[in-house]
Amino acid sequence: MEEISILGVGMHPWGKWGRNFTEYGTKAAHDALADAGVDWNDIGFVSGAITVRCGYPGYVAGSTFAQKLGFNGAQVASSYAACASGTTALQVARGQILSGATDVALIVGADTTPKGFLAPNEGDRPDDMDWLRFKLVGATNPVYFGLQARRRMDLYGATQEDFARVKVKNSRHSVHNPRARFTKEYGLEDVMNSPVVSDPLRLLDICATSDGGAAIVVSSMEYAKAHGHLDPVRVAGISTVTPTFPDTVIDLPYIATDSAAQVDRPTRGFKEAIGDRVYAEAGLGPDDIDVAEVYDLSSALELDWYEQLGFCPVGEAEKLLNDGVTTIGGRLPVNPSGGLGAFGEAVPAQAIAQVCELTWQLRGEAEGRQVDGAKVGITANQGLFGHGSSVLVRK
Amino acid sequence: MVIDGNRYSDGASDSKEDRVSKTQVPAVEGMFTMEDEPRLIGGKVPGRETYFFPKHVAGGDPGVPGGYELEEVLLSRTGKVWSYTSSDYQPPPPFRPSTDPYVPITVAAVELEKEQMVVLGQCVAGVTPADLTVGTEMELVVDTLYEDDENEYMVWKWKPVAMSDGAAGENG
Repeated sequence: MEEISILGVGMHPWGKWGRNFTEYGTKAAHDALADAGVDWNDIGFVSGAITVRCGYPGYVAGSTFAQKLGFNGAQVASSYAACASGTTALQVARGQILSGATDVALIVGADTTPKGFLAPNEGDRPDDMDWLRFKLVGATNPVYFGLQARRRMDLYGATQEDFARVKVKNSRHSVHNPRARFTKEYGLEDVMNSPVVSDPLRLLDICATSDGGAAIVVSSMEYAKAHGHLDPVRVAGISTVTPTFPDTVIDLPYIATDSAAQVDRPTRGFKEAIGDRVYAEAGLGPDDIDVAEVYDLSSALELDWYEQLGFCPVGEAEKLLNDGVTTIGGRLPVNPSGGLGAFGEAVPAQAIAQVCELTWQLRGEAEGRQVDGAKVGITANQGLFGHGSSVLVRK
Repeated sequence: MVIDGNRYSDGASDSKEDRVSKTQVPAVEGMFTMEDEPRLIGGKVPGRETYFFPKHVAGGDPGVPGGYELEEVLLSRTGKVWSYTSSDYQPPPPFRPSTDPYVPITVAAVELEKEQMVVLGQCVAGVTPADLTVGTEMELVVDTLYEDDENEYMVWKWKPVAMSDGAAGENG
């Protein structure tokens, strides 16, 4: 797959600021443009990641940010794919660049989130799967995280301490990250003594919801070279795959899986297929990865990703963690930013933020949390309703 | 498995008293039957062993990408636990708790053998995650989701087969 360049990245610090989401996105965009050395008026395409919690301006995020920055006549698109929205926005921008429709594009996403559980839209809506799961089962997001975690324990002998050690590791990574919301280093006891939310997961195993914004400036390789970016971080693969029928792993927001009575399950499940796609586009494999940012909606889900991305065989993620492989200083650090556990989820910004972190890592600019010599990085994420999300970057 | 049989039967008899004056209605129409041995109402692709639940918001089978109407089918009422968890904090609306204050609910994902699919549901009162393991045999029952002054709103729930009358003593 032809590559594109990452010229600049920017983020508004994550927190619970309670301000208009456009403030976070605009700040992130300004920072990304400054980092890229690109004038806003030269941006030919604005790709916005939608938020569904901030009214009409959130639904037309691309245009909202373009107007905030000052309409410059650029073409615009807005994408929604739940937690995968940022990757979808990047995918759309890449298509514009590789088709020759534009040379340089801005991707931006931001959110202001309410306190507590993410909940469905209001009203009596029995035709909406997202409503049915809350109404009839009480299946909040952590319920799905709990199901995956408990299955890991029963099938592979994982323990609650293993899950807690993911949080301990990531909290240690976050201590020097100026953009993280939570930078306290937690010990095993802190996690184990926090209240159970969805058995076997505790409060500190589960990510919060946050306000935040992130942005990236990308361009064609030719544009990068012509503007003095001689050795940029490059996007070598993007995955926005959907599941392949029949998907028999229960996942958000469904209350039942597909049926495999007629058609056999695919040899690679949905989560595995997400990474397969970027590896194929990049012509690389798990052994080439130096650093990863994966979606730790819960601590246990980070362990699932180790296997789904091919970092280790199924059932051996706990060993990888406990051997220190995925800690900064290990062979394959995972979530050097601190991950969602340290950030909390700002839905449309999160997949973009993962790419920002890997860009800093590959440039050697991740002060206080640098993975030495990182040349290839991968993100992994998933949006409800079957949105795969992964980006492979290299230098 | 440790099951508090007395607690369960006490709960059931309380409900029966309430039922004298209240009408039992499904919390959402058309998703399950309300007979003694209730069943989930699924959809089936004509001529194929492909099932969906619920029928009214079913996905598709890419082997037959359109041009058919799903047949209504009653799904198996027993299966084995695929996984299980709890919701220790009260879920937000549209969920309505059946008790005040809220009592944590246990949720099971149960794999139906014939249909080769997994269906989520609350477990009946008295079942905790400690009572379950991957592979535990479960059966479908219909139970109260919540109630108001006129009606008792019903939903399907999963119940360990070993908890049913007669078996509880052997396993308790």
